[in-house]
Amino acid sequence: MLSGADSLVRSLQDQGVEYIYGYPGGSALHIYDAVFRQDKVKHVLVRHEQAATHMADGYARATGKPGVVLVTSGPGATNTITGIATAYMDSVPMVVISGQVMTHLIGGDAFQETDMMGVSRPVVKHNLSVQNPAEIPTIIKKAFHIATTGRPGPVVVDIPKDMTTPGEEYSYEYPREVNIRSYNPPVRGHAGQIRKAVDMLLQAKRPIIYTGGGVVLGGASKLLIEMTRMLGYPITQTLMGLGAYPGSDRQFIGMLGMHGAYEANMAMHNADAILAIGARFDDRVTNNVEKFCPDAQIAHIDVDPSSISKTVQVDIPIVGPVDSVLTEMIALIKESEIKPDKENLSDWWAQIDEWRKRHGGRYLTNEKGLMKPQQVIECLQKLTAGDAYITTDVGQHQMFAAQYLRFEQPNRWITSGGLGTMGFGFPAAMGVQLSFPDDTVVCVTGEGSIQMNIQELSTCMQYNIPVKILNINNQSLGMVRQWQDMNYESRHSHSYMESLPDFIKLAEAYGHVGMKIEKVEDLEPMMKKALAMKDKLVFIDVYVDPSEHVYPMQVPAASMRDMWLSKTERT
Amino acid sequence: MRHILSILIENEAGALSRVVGLFSQRNYNIETLTVAPTEDPTLSRLTLTTHGDEREIEQITKQLNKLIEVVKLVDLSEGDHIERDLMLIKVKASGAQRAEIKRCADIFRGQIVDVSSSIYTIQLVGASSKLDAFIEAVGDANVLETVRTGVSGLSRGEKVLAL
Repeated sequence: MLSGADSLVRSLQDQGVEYIYGYPGGSALHIYDAVFRQDKVKHVLVRHEQAATHMADGYARATGKPGVVLVTSGPGATNTITGIATAYMDSVPMVVISGQVMTHLIGGDAFQETDMMGVSRPVVKHNLSVQNPAEIPTIIKKAFHIATTGRPGPVVVDIPKDMTTPGEEYSYEYPREVNIRSYNPPVRGHAGQIRKAVDMLLQAKRPIIYTGGGVVLGGASKLLIEMTRMLGYPITQTLMGLGAYPGSDRQFIGMLGMHGAYEANMAMHNADAILAIGARFDDRVTNNVEKFCPDAQIAHIDVDPSSISKTVQVDIPIVGPVDSVLTEMIALIKESEIKPDKENLSDWWAQIDEWRKRHGGRYLTNEKGLMKPQQVIECLQKLTAGDAYITTDVGQHQMFAAQYLRFEQPNRWITSGGLGTMGFGFPAAMGVQLSFPDDTVVCVTGEGSIQMNIQELSTCMQYNIPVKILNINNQSLGMVRQWQDMNYESRHSHSYMESLPDFIKLAEAYGHVGMKIEKVEDLEPMMKKALAMKDKLVFIDVYVDPSEHVYPMQVPAASMRDMWLSKTERT
Repeated sequence: MRHILSILIENEAGALSRVVGLFSQRNYNIETLTVAPTEDPTLSRLTLTTHGDEREIEQITKQLNKLIEVVKLVDLSEGDHIERDLMLIKVKASGAQRAEIKRCADIFRGQIVDVSSSIYTIQLVGASSKLDAFIEAVGDANVLETVRTGVSGLSRGEKVLAL
């Protein structure tokens, strides 16, 4: 017999939860007492609930396991919304447990009352409210089941305080499995459709494989590599998909989309067959859908049917988990009598190599000797060589990181793609570092983003979380400034970060190490030194040229192949 | 084109708000909506009408199916179906008009369910277009008040929407 609070914590234990990231408060106090009286599940106290959700998110993306958050009602709950929405847009499995005011107070505008079920509804995969303490184990099991299966996503469990009252006890049994009659995610793709997609691929003259976050989330990286190598076709990945295929491999032609590689966007536009895997034809990828890849037949594999033909109409839809569909495709390719036409393929590669030569990630060094942000990322690449966990915030630094780092393995590139949440990178890095204490975890950020969750320097002090913060400091909101340069005649409306703090002193105030880098020649030795401090959080504040833009950049409302390649050069 | 979506949904608190929320969140439009528990008390049946081209309706049905509490869904307008909407309508009925209104109600197989010296309240059941036609027949100027349940419907023949 257990109280609701104990039964909740016991359920989390039995679910195999390692960490809860959270913040206590009135409605969650019974639960926090139950957390105190056990030591199986470790609780990490953050300094703001948003950071708890990003920590859980980072943990989930790096480990593949669901992240767990515990907060109180009212402001505790509403502070998690940005983090929940971030996880929702990027399909990250997460369970957020929010305290709620007592049942008899609900609806009466009680102290710290918010309708968390209503507030979270548009940004969760599902939410559940506890109305009977005896049901807590089943509800928790359901929450994890829904969060982790099919297309993963965040699930909120709202628990009124009177569901967790000490002394009111119920029999406890954690269900081994749960059956929800209205929820049956697909287990395999349609065999006929899979065959059609294989035929399309094998008969193509200018094929391309375009993959997204679904391959990483679906654990299908090995299968993707096997199939891509077997076919010898070019492969491009979305921002979310990076790492699923080794970045240094010749067949990888770079990220596609708004700031994608020239060769990747050109190859997409000119392809006659596209196999999209676990990608969702986001507007930051397709540019104008009316002009998207005019000659291509498209096959699309996705576990979520609503992702298929949502923005771009596809020819061969395949609804199913990426790993199972790829396994079947590989078998069919092996046994097929049609083989990729070598001559066509070598012509296609010759064309792609031609494109590769035109814009291979080139940037101009500054005549005034100012450091370029790209140089900072290149240095990071040199020193970590695809071996570190990299998280980012949002903006120019994020795009430079995506362009100039080479990810060799999945789950090591952690960025807020769909929602574009500034403030994500630092807490996400903390979530990763706690689970991988011996690995290098670098948060690539900017002086704008880092200040959105900088309070977590305190959490890092408390738990000794030695992440490396690489602050690419251009003293302005770089991406906003770039758009203002391009579209608003350089009127920099509120994109200038006046009165920046001394980040070095700030880091030191929390007991960490701060480093300031202003000269190119200091970059490598100092970054090396920072990365060598395995047990210290190091805040590396690197001053870069504020006028730099991210290129390529697709021309708005045009096709994939229409890009700015520099401030003056257009395709 | 107008579509009639018929949905079996878990009879749970908040399930309806998920459906309604989905429509506003994704910028779809609901024209009519009716919902009530079925013979199986764990299920509600929800019927809604909406407008959209084939692609929009495909997206709407996919998004609805994605809601965890949606058990089953059918687009009734894809096949032969019966649709009914119930209207209560209050019309002016005095003097010579009184007989005229009654005749009109009879033609439309309406029932007069409440009478006062100058007003008839008529109950009318049928497809939405029939109810619209009735309003036109009695003339806008005579209509004091209307209330409609919204469309509900079933497929014709053997097809059933059940677990």
